[in-house]
Amino acid sequence: MVVGFKLIFVVLMIQFEKFQLANGLKVLVHQDTSTPMAVVNVLYNIGAKDENPAQTGFAHLFEHLMFGGSVNIPVYDEPLQRAGGENNAYTTNDLTNYYCQIPAENIETAFWLESDRMLSLAFSEKSLEVQRKVVCEEFKEHYINKPYGDAWHKMRALAYTNHPYRWMTIGAELSHVENAKIQDVKDFFFKFYRPNNAILVVTGNTTTEQVKALAEKWFGPIPAGEAYNRNLPQEPVQEKKRSLEVHADVPMDMLMMTWHMGGRFDAGYHETDLITEVLGGGASARLYEQLIKVKQLFSSIDCYHFGTVDPGLLVIEGKLVKGVSMSVAEQAVLEEVEKIKKELLPQKEVQKVINKTESIICFEDMSIMNRAHSLAYYELLGDAEMMNQELEKYQAVTPERIQATANAIFQDQNRNTLYYYSKN
Amino acid sequence: MALDRIKAPMIKDAVDFDIQLKPYQHFTLDNGVEVYSYEGGAEEVMMMDLVFFAGNCYEEKNWVAAATNFLLKNGTHQKTAFELNDYFEFYGAYVNRTCYNETATINLHTLTKHFEALLPVVSELVTESNFSEEELKIYQQNQLQRLTLNLKKSDFIANRLIDEYLFGINHPYGTYSTEAAFNNLTREDLVNFYDRFYKHGKAVIFMAGKFPKNMQSLMNKYIGSLPLNQKAMPVFDHPIISATTKKYSIVNDASSVQGSIRMARRFPNRHHPDFPGTQVLNNLLGGFFGSRLMRNIREDKGYTYGIHSFLQNHVQECAWMISTDAGKDVCGATIEEVYKEMAILRNEKIDEAELKLVKNYMLGALLGDLDGPFQIMNRWKTYVLNDLDIAYFNKTIETVRAIQPADLQALANQYLQPEDFYELVVY
Repeated sequence: MVVGFKLIFVVLMIQFEKFQLANGLKVLVHQDTSTPMAVVNVLYNIGAKDENPAQTGFAHLFEHLMFGGSVNIPVYDEPLQRAGGENNAYTTNDLTNYYCQIPAENIETAFWLESDRMLSLAFSEKSLEVQRKVVCEEFKEHYINKPYGDAWHKMRALAYTNHPYRWMTIGAELSHVENAKIQDVKDFFFKFYRPNNAILVVTGNTTTEQVKALAEKWFGPIPAGEAYNRNLPQEPVQEKKRSLEVHADVPMDMLMMTWHMGGRFDAGYHETDLITEVLGGGASARLYEQLIKVKQLFSSIDCYHFGTVDPGLLVIEGKLVKGVSMSVAEQAVLEEVEKIKKELLPQKEVQKVINKTESIICFEDMSIMNRAHSLAYYELLGDAEMMNQELEKYQAVTPERIQATANAIFQDQNRNTLYYYSKN
Repeated sequence: MALDRIKAPMIKDAVDFDIQLKPYQHFTLDNGVEVYSYEGGAEEVMMMDLVFFAGNCYEEKNWVAAATNFLLKNGTHQKTAFELNDYFEFYGAYVNRTCYNETATINLHTLTKHFEALLPVVSELVTESNFSEEELKIYQQNQLQRLTLNLKKSDFIANRLIDEYLFGINHPYGTYSTEAAFNNLTREDLVNFYDRFYKHGKAVIFMAGKFPKNMQSLMNKYIGSLPLNQKAMPVFDHPIISATTKKYSIVNDASSVQGSIRMARRFPNRHHPDFPGTQVLNNLLGGFFGSRLMRNIREDKGYTYGIHSFLQNHVQECAWMISTDAGKDVCGATIEEVYKEMAILRNEKIDEAELKLVKNYMLGALLGDLDGPFQIMNRWKTYVLNDLDIAYFNKTIETVRAIQPADLQALANQYLQPEDFYELVVY
């Protein structure tokens, strides 16, 4: 049906300027005068992977504490809201990101607030006590009170023997957060939340001159910290397939498989991303079509990957149709995996997943918020300009390269399987 | 001079911002279907929302509207479900469908350059869907499993039950899926509903983003030629029958570590003069991070990860809802604190500083919400479907700017009375 489809990509280049303060803070500015808003985004180069194995969940606990008042400003939210701004934050295994969106005319309020909490938190006992409880409720809401809520805790511990990706951002266990002391919190803060370990990105209706002046004024006086030299334990190559059985009070059986894949800088990253699209991206993807529609073995099935900086996992997980045996379901998944290893992908299917990627990038880039997140993330990876080169990298992927990557990843000894059985 | 970090920088009050809802363009297709559009944005992307009056208020048998809407994309007389999805996904497009109470939509998000290739196939969904027995069977099986899973979750159960208490199980706003509803669906139900409410139904269209130059003629060719808006719509009268009992506590899972709390009362729709003022009061109570409920129950007591209040998004009649999941042993204390906060709003005037904060927050957030063509069109869509116009937008802004502590206290006394609230905890 599609004849002579012409490749003209429409992704816009995101223009930005970059400078660095004397204390090491990197600053990026992307101007967009079509919006009345501005986004001020501070990314800290600290994720759950940097935590002490006996004190997991700290990076995420910090995300909460960062709203509990800073050294000169008792409450973070109030002045921001008074200036018409909104804010939020997220923590991953690799990083912590704080951002506010605010009417551009009030942008200085965001600089004032963000710089004060980089200077120092208030470290109030009360805030720590409350946020410990809030995080415990979050833990319960998402990981205890939900069917299959513990699956990822178990899978990470199974797949990673050494690398800190073996725990989730919420923490390996509730007690680590419950036992957090104010001194631990202070040490963590002054180790990681320093200007030389952060990236400030400002997008929206602003200018580089304005950002330069405001960044110097508010962030410039904050002293640099000791350089953080990340030296994480690396995950050894898996040499034997591993599996775990769980029996729990859940309504249906679930099968979850993971394979180790490369990290963000490894060759094959873009190929892996496209493999997950071919297998699991949408209702025309292979697993959906074959296992839900044709063979009707699964009621839902997904394929995705971690997208982490260090080597991550490629995941296939699905819920079985009642009455289908685990081994039949597993076999069917492995057949699809074999197919992608043995048979070269048709050019049209490769084109489809590349087109989808172009579309994803275009839609993502629509808001100044997403542009700020992306610029900060790619700068963390080494250079924000990489953001503008992503599509080219996907375009360069060939069926041969996808096949080679599939063969490298989908090895039996590289696989971890969680058989999650319903007790009912 | 040393930097003063204590004093906040000067701000421009958001109440002084000039907030405009930019006007839409409007045209009518040959068959009478109206198209509201907003062209703008830097990226070469666009969206189209085909809105059919095919929500569950038009169904005569439970879940027919939702199932019809879901299966629109699962095969036409020309193409299998796979071929349809493969076609859309080849172009990197997203074709989603959603069923609401009054309306049901087919939504297209695409790069502008592919619109022309996609529109004929979107049009095919409106006239040629075939609802095969096989597709229906798979849908039933998978939805039943999903329901079984969801019924394990206290928040899912709480959301269903609170709507049932407010509106009654036979009202479109109060009804929900059941095993029997899925099992009783037949192909004939779907084909008939489709024929009446899609193929020969009533539609209105919303579009935003960058359009191809020939957008209007394409729309006329592929949508304007369909037999839409030709037949008068049936009028259903769904009486609201609220439950007589107000308080409920349900144990769904004895080992649960949290309870899902819902507290709600009926509330008039957007046409009621108190609606805009109550939006301010709602924000103050539980509508944002700095709300009284969040500050007290999360930030002071740590009973929950989050607590929110909101006015439901209904056309006929709304509800005012407070929603949270709290630790099992503090559910009672949480409910008590909610009532305490209501009492404070009834008994004490809000101070000027807090009111100004709420006003600035609301208007700043609104400024952000109207940033971008999709956002502008979404706002207009809500207005058009609720029979509102720019006067409503202006009145809302005017109300936020002008409302006084005494007005809010009066609204609290009228609407925040504990005896009007349904109260539910699902463990």
